[in-house]
Amino acid sequence: MPEIIHVSVNGIAVAVESGTTVAAAVLQCGISSFRRSVTGEPRGPLCGMGICFECRVTVDRLAHAKSCQTLCTPGMEITTDE
Amino acid sequence: MRQTFDVAIVGAGIVGAACALECAQAELKVAIIESSIVGGGATAAAMGHIVAMDDSEAQFSLTRFSQQLWNTLRTELPREVEFELTGTIWVAADEDEMSAVRNKNRYFTSRGVPAEVLDAAALKQAEPNLRPGLVGALLVPEDSVIYPPTAARWLAERAQQCGASLVRGKAIRLRGGSVEIADGTAISSSLVVNATGAWAPELTPGLEIRKRKGHLVITDRYSGFLRHQLVELGYLKSAHSVTSDSCAFNVQPRATGQILIGSSRQYGAEHSAIDHKIVAGMLARACEYMPALGKMAAVRCWTGFRAATPDKLPLIGPSVTDQKIWLATGHEGLGITTSLGTAKLLVDQIVGRRSAIPIEPYLPARGSREHVYA
Amino acid sequence: MSSPRWDIVVVGGGPAGIAAAVRAAETGASVLLVDDNPSLGGQIWRGAEDNSSLRVARSWRERLKRSPAQVLRGFRIFDQPVPGVLLAESAESVREIPHSRLIICTGGRECFLPFPGWTLPNVMGAGGLEAMVKSGVPVAGKSVVVAGTGPLLLPVAAYLRKRGARVRLIAEQASRAAMLRFATAFASQPQKGVQAIGLMWQLVGVPYRLGCWPVEAKGAGKVRAVVLQQGGRRFEVECDYLACGFHLVPNTELAALLGCELRDGAVWVDDAQQTSVPNVYCAGEPTGIGGVDLALVEGQIAALAATDKPREAQQLHQLRARHRAFAAALQRAFALREELRKLPCPDTLLCRCEDVTFHRVAKCQSWREAKLHTRCGMGPCQGRVCGAAVEFLLRWNIESVRPPLFEVRVESIAIELTVGPTPQVSQGAEG
Repeated sequence: MPEIIHVSVNGIAVAVESGTTVAAAVLQCGISSFRRSVTGEPRGPLCGMGICFECRVTVDRLAHAKSCQTLCTPGMEITTDE
Repeated sequence: MRQTFDVAIVGAGIVGAACALECAQAELKVAIIESSIVGGGATAAAMGHIVAMDDSEAQFSLTRFSQQLWNTLRTELPREVEFELTGTIWVAADEDEMSAVRNKNRYFTSRGVPAEVLDAAALKQAEPNLRPGLVGALLVPEDSVIYPPTAARWLAERAQQCGASLVRGKAIRLRGGSVEIADGTAISSSLVVNATGAWAPELTPGLEIRKRKGHLVITDRYSGFLRHQLVELGYLKSAHSVTSDSCAFNVQPRATGQILIGSSRQYGAEHSAIDHKIVAGMLARACEYMPALGKMAAVRCWTGFRAATPDKLPLIGPSVTDQKIWLATGHEGLGITTSLGTAKLLVDQIVGRRSAIPIEPYLPARGSREHVYA
Repeated sequence: MSSPRWDIVVVGGGPAGIAAAVRAAETGASVLLVDDNPSLGGQIWRGAEDNSSLRVARSWRERLKRSPAQVLRGFRIFDQPVPGVLLAESAESVREIPHSRLIICTGGRECFLPFPGWTLPNVMGAGGLEAMVKSGVPVAGKSVVVAGTGPLLLPVAAYLRKRGARVRLIAEQASRAAMLRFATAFASQPQKGVQAIGLMWQLVGVPYRLGCWPVEAKGAGKVRAVVLQQGGRRFEVECDYLACGFHLVPNTELAALLGCELRDGAVWVDDAQQTSVPNVYCAGEPTGIGGVDLALVEGQIAALAATDKPREAQQLHQLRARHRAFAAALQRAFALREELRKLPCPDTLLCRCEDVTFHRVAKCQSWREAKLHTRCGMGPCQGRVCGAAVEFLLRWNIESVRPPLFEVRVESIAIELTVGPTPQVSQGAEG
């Protein structure tokens, strides 16, 4: 049985299985737009392997975290653009 | 058919591009010869500050004159030139540096440059991410930053709109009256201007110009983290040394929200490879002043070569060996700022106009007898 | 604290890297395997319980566990500050990795081509969506179109279907004729033929169209439908996700940073998998996209050569030649068609980091000019996405690699080195 951990996405509490990436946690909340591009377009994950930087979100107040390469940890605060 | 130009400028860095525009606006028939990318050499490697500097009276007049030219131009600059009136804050870490702040303040204000002394509290308010314990600073609000490669391109494009020709090719020899290109062709021109920065001695042998290598690092976008260009006053001590390697805290907020981190100076380093020891020292210094920089993401690191003269002033005017070969080089770390002033002074001499500032300190014929009669 | 100097450092923990680390460590050399993911296996063996190459993957992993090779997970190599020393960063720390010899097994990445709408959320790579699902994204009941090209499309579609997705269509740009020619290559690789048939079986009922490719993704805020072209016909398919990749490109950045010669976008190696830089070896996808079997053989040859076992290495040359022939056939079959050069419209974004349109980039003469004057490729991905696209679209050479290879913390670059360059390496490298 995988362990359940609690994180927050844009202030809303979410329960995910351990081993879930931040990107997966965000998508599980029904959020497709992870960030706004430099001209304000909505963007979400593309490559899934940490090279495209499209899935960047703010994790524990640190900007530009690659959500597809970051595993959820208990209490993590995840924020997407807007 | 062979075209004949009034002026052939070798090198389309920001200095060459500015000179071309000034020539074209003076209705001279001008060619700019570039072997690679417009604004792709030291211009692309530069920080892109437009600053008033007070190392010497001559440095001050040229930087301030140029800065005013930029300020006149600023409404015309397209968005991609990223002109930002950030101002410079000269940061004082101790009482010695604070007395330098007061001297600088007197110097600037007595010459009509707006400046304001900040105490520790005002400094903290202006730049909250600086470390605690700094003594104060001098704010010079009219300094600004631009993105140099697009500025050079814009100047070159404007020059072309005014009739200048951009010639793609590598100049291999300058003669009074023509420029030989690597493909075997020649550009014939009454005057030839060497504006190739640190590479100028390759085309004009004997020039006293040395490469002074610099390293820079740029971060990802962190809008609002930094508001002004910041320079430590210790910079004055390190930048003055003409013999040893040095690093100083110098950061700039870019229009993109990125933070550009400098700066370093090295003599005798001819290779463009990144020297880890220098970069590490430079970044460690930056983190001392702004600890939060440490956790920020660095995107890229690069090097460039400043064209340094022995007296730290540029060479603008006819060369000492050939009156038909002119120079516009030797701008060290101030080529972005002084490009516009250089162009004015060069063309003033070509067409016999009166200059806005005295030109003598920048004439290549200044300096030692050996130099003059070399 | 001073670090030991490893005899062999292997960068990248996919099949090539695991095989290299195992074979090198089994000779008694001190070996460190560094990988940027939290777990080994690379993209191909990620979550291997779902993979058809399960048995091979498991046996190599077990062999690695039994070997004395040390493994450093979650560390990304970002610079070589002095010859013979690499710097690696993790989420928490930075490390110096001194070594005598290096084996680069940095794998490949998907090639993405820009078309109108490709920047919409939920348009992902084919491997990209698979990786996301493996890391916890639910796709049960979702409509997915799998498109692009390459041998990855079928296993991705099969995997997504197994996870409950409704795979509406698989669109492969390669022509029927090219695929038929390719089928003859299976004759020399029967086990691969069996795998392919197995995949087709898992995908019974899913339309598989050849000579078909996406031309536009539609939607507001996220993808809603994709427009595809086949022959002269265009049609629209609704979907929740578009999984779209145009085969793979080699990850050559580390090799390029070290000064290794590249040819046709891949790292050049000699018979012993040694690059143009002495003591630097390279195996797997960076030397040219060739798949897992070739990667395993190349990794072993590199390890044996790097541990001075040339005769053992030579015994594997024949096998390597066979896999290389298959890889070449694969590259021919999935070569990108000319029409794809017309995919982007002038105002289609090419650089997703800096939002630069295709038109602005195409006006430039070179990659460097585009970088300086439009910021294309200057964002955090450092041209890894748009660079591969312009190599194809504009036939430019993507040169110049600068440290850091990836975004890293400023403090990670600022570390003071505690070790010096490798003696024999530094002598050769100056000049």
